[in-house]
Amino acid sequence: MVQGTDALYTWSLTDLARGLKDGEFSSRELTESLLRRIDDHQQRLNAFITVTADAALQRADAADKARANGDESLLNGLPIVYKDLFCTKGVLTTCGSRILANFVSPYDATVVERISAAGAVMLGKTNMDEFAMGSSNETSYYGPVTNPWNKKLSPGGSSGGSAAAVAARIVPAATGTDTGGSIRQPAALTGTVGLKPTYGRVSRFGMVAFASSLDQAGVITRSAEDAALLLGVMAGYDKRDSTSVDHPVPDYVAGLSKPVKGLKIGIVRQHFDEGLAAGCEERVKAALAVLKEEGATLIEVDLPNIDLSVPTYYVVAPAECSSNLSRFDGVRFGHRADNPENLLDLYCRTRSEGFGAEVQRRIMTGTYVLSAGYYDAYYLKAQKVRQLISQDFKKAFENVDVIAGPTAPTTAFAIGEKTDDPITMYLNDIYTIGANLAGLPGISVPCGFADGLPVGLQLVGPHFAEETILACAHQYQQLTDWHAQGPEEFS
Amino acid sequence: MNDNWEVVIGLEIHTQLATKSKIFSGASTAYGAEANTQACLIDLGYPGVLPVLNGEVVRMAVKFGLAVGATVAKRSVFARKNYFYPDLPKGYQISQYELPIVENGELTIRDEDGREKRIGITRAHLEEDAGKSVHEGFGQATGIDLNRAGTPLLEIVSEPDLRSAKQAITYMRKIHSIVRYLGICDGNMQEGSFRCDANVSVRPRGQEKLGTRTEIKNLNSFRFIEKAINFEIERQIEVLEGGGDVVLETRLYDSDKDETRAMRSKEEANDYRYFPDPDLLPVELDEDFIEYVRKSLPELPDAKLGRFVEQYKLKPADAEILTLSRALADYFEEVAENTEAAVQVAANWVIGELAAALNSEGIEISDSKIEAAALAGLLNRIADNTISGKIAKEIFDAMWSGEGGADDIIEAKGLKQITDASAIEKIVDAVIEANPGQVAEYRGGKDKLLGFFVGRVMQESGGKANPGQVNEILKKKLSDG
Repeated sequence: MVQGTDALYTWSLTDLARGLKDGEFSSRELTESLLRRIDDHQQRLNAFITVTADAALQRADAADKARANGDESLLNGLPIVYKDLFCTKGVLTTCGSRILANFVSPYDATVVERISAAGAVMLGKTNMDEFAMGSSNETSYYGPVTNPWNKKLSPGGSSGGSAAAVAARIVPAATGTDTGGSIRQPAALTGTVGLKPTYGRVSRFGMVAFASSLDQAGVITRSAEDAALLLGVMAGYDKRDSTSVDHPVPDYVAGLSKPVKGLKIGIVRQHFDEGLAAGCEERVKAALAVLKEEGATLIEVDLPNIDLSVPTYYVVAPAECSSNLSRFDGVRFGHRADNPENLLDLYCRTRSEGFGAEVQRRIMTGTYVLSAGYYDAYYLKAQKVRQLISQDFKKAFENVDVIAGPTAPTTAFAIGEKTDDPITMYLNDIYTIGANLAGLPGISVPCGFADGLPVGLQLVGPHFAEETILACAHQYQQLTDWHAQGPEEFS
Repeated sequence: MNDNWEVVIGLEIHTQLATKSKIFSGASTAYGAEANTQACLIDLGYPGVLPVLNGEVVRMAVKFGLAVGATVAKRSVFARKNYFYPDLPKGYQISQYELPIVENGELTIRDEDGREKRIGITRAHLEEDAGKSVHEGFGQATGIDLNRAGTPLLEIVSEPDLRSAKQAITYMRKIHSIVRYLGICDGNMQEGSFRCDANVSVRPRGQEKLGTRTEIKNLNSFRFIEKAINFEIERQIEVLEGGGDVVLETRLYDSDKDETRAMRSKEEANDYRYFPDPDLLPVELDEDFIEYVRKSLPELPDAKLGRFVEQYKLKPADAEILTLSRALADYFEEVAENTEAAVQVAANWVIGELAAALNSEGIEISDSKIEAAALAGLLNRIADNTISGKIAKEIFDAMWSGEGGADDIIEAKGLKQITDASAIEKIVDAVIEANPGQVAEYRGGKDKLLGFFVGRVMQESGGKANPGQVNEILKKKLSDG
């Protein structure tokens, strides 16, 4: 290895891109180094479900060859890992579930296609809560992921494997998905940057669906700059996803230089109510002070219905999931019960064996809220409240450019601590769910530590204002170095 | 049927839209391919795939809506109908539920007494078809063929305005005719492109409240529909007259036994948990699009029928037959416009000889072995007295067998009509001379014998003598005696 390029795993995606371009190291060297890193820490973190070492090395060689031939694709030779619900052709795509434990996808998700087309090298698939249902990564059939900051703690979820891998300096960037906070919350709990774009910004085609009207693909990185780089590749209209939006994709990296000065930042009173741990509140307020110092204006805004977001979410999301997960019936792919006596037995045993407790709980909740006689009281009412919450945000954004506050109510909690109490677990997403219900972009940025554990600052913008929140996050990262502080165990 | 009871029928007609690709995927809709070769990952409901609406199905549904004077919704919504079945890959069917694309249409049929009767069309909505379960050839197991999964359907739901099986068939034939005119469905009932479920109930005559209905599923021939409905009417009346109650249930028609059988009761029926499909945006149509489609509508059966009566002075009954299908009507018009023969003669030939020939081979007009222009050519030879109508039938058969055009066959077979009076007189003289007995009887007042003489003369001439001239000359010569 060339002098000065050891510990490549600590480099940002942006720096690695420059290093590859300048010939400081090859994609093969980089890939080998990261694969070793994955291997060294898999037992401790359990961040990966599948590692595609051989294919990655082949890709890396191809990328090096392409570069020698003048290929300057944006991500050529750079590493990427996918949350294990992005379909990857010829590679296991499990969704963290037994029911897909044998599922090798015959096609690539649009996100995978785009990132591959930009030249990236896939290193593997990351662990996650089963079907993205969970906030702690404990519902995975493949076992929980542990937090790089403390192995007894959860990294959050559902994109826990992606967050842990990035936080532990194993990879610089990972994809994730966020239905109620599944990118932002684990980012907050691991001290990484987690970006959930506007609903419709990134194609959902090839992302195994949890709740179709809420799911959105995004990224986990260590810097807003890397998030901007990766989002630029992933974003854009896809005719295979009717809900993707044909909206121009700006140069997110170029947009990062926009100063904080003059930015109007909305503060939501409810975000600082009881429930927010004191240490988190202190760090978030300190972050807001930094932004204010830099010339932003802090304005209190009202989201009168935001307290209803958790109950609303836990009607809408299970309703959609109960239908989305019906296709896992043992007939065409995935787990299938042995020796079924008849059709009903095939269905019941396949699904009882294949789905874990949390997934079953949500399927049952969703089935219930859609049932005749309950539909109006639950699903329809939830949709109406969802509209109200959207309108609240819309109104708030008439006066402010972004809304800032905590990403999660506490720092990382212990594995096993909340598994018996789903309601407490669900409350972990209390600050993040609003953005999903309203389809808004949100980002979590590390803003310090409480009792030695990372705290996240969340910035939410209006539809398609990824540039604004990325720029604000980037400027904040120019003023602070929280994101540069990794867990000692992995330094 | 029993006069004390009034029959109430509503039909749900499933028309398979004649698109090249499926409603939510790019896979082909062609019929009859090897099992599971026309189902892509989207049709198979693979993890992560998403539906994308085929715009063509929207255009077709709008066409139908406009053709039956319905309201075309500016905004319609696809919903998921959730239930588990092996031939339903996603565990839900994408259909339209609360907001269908077409509402409040109507059409007029003639009832048994020839009176016009308005039949309301409640709605027509778009949905995807399911696959097929195959029970033969897999031992104890069941095979699944998903080629049909995702095939676009337009489900046309009538009001319960039909009062007999006959009316139901008349209505269904009319819908069949309209969708084929519009080119939105091939109407092939054997392949299941056009099938229906019938909701049937009876109530005491004069009672307003509807009786309990049963639904007869998956009827795919006009004959079976009529038989199934009639069986069901009789069955329900028998139940009610025996003091029993009709049970709300779904029944299957068994054509072998000519009976309906309970399939499942509605109480055990699924709760389908409909909700708007979050993977699809609402279908939003503007006035310009609807107008654009309206302008593309062809002349429809009723309008064409009226025009045929008006323009060609056809008998309404003939015009009705000729306008049943657009292809037949077009064929007829092409014949009528290319022949010197009277229009009614053209109509008679199309309805008579041609229809019989098509029927006997079980083929469609589009596959007719005699093209319209060729038939017109044949009729021209009748019109200009080159051949008689009788010879024309012989030539028609030859043409059908592919022996060539009318003129070639007339030439080759020497079938040209004898119109030379002296030639006919010569034959007439010979016949009179050979049958002195009959001549005497005729002259004695037995006029009916003229037919005998005509027959003999025609026979002697090999059928080629002009029948009018034969008649005329015979009468003259016989009375001359």
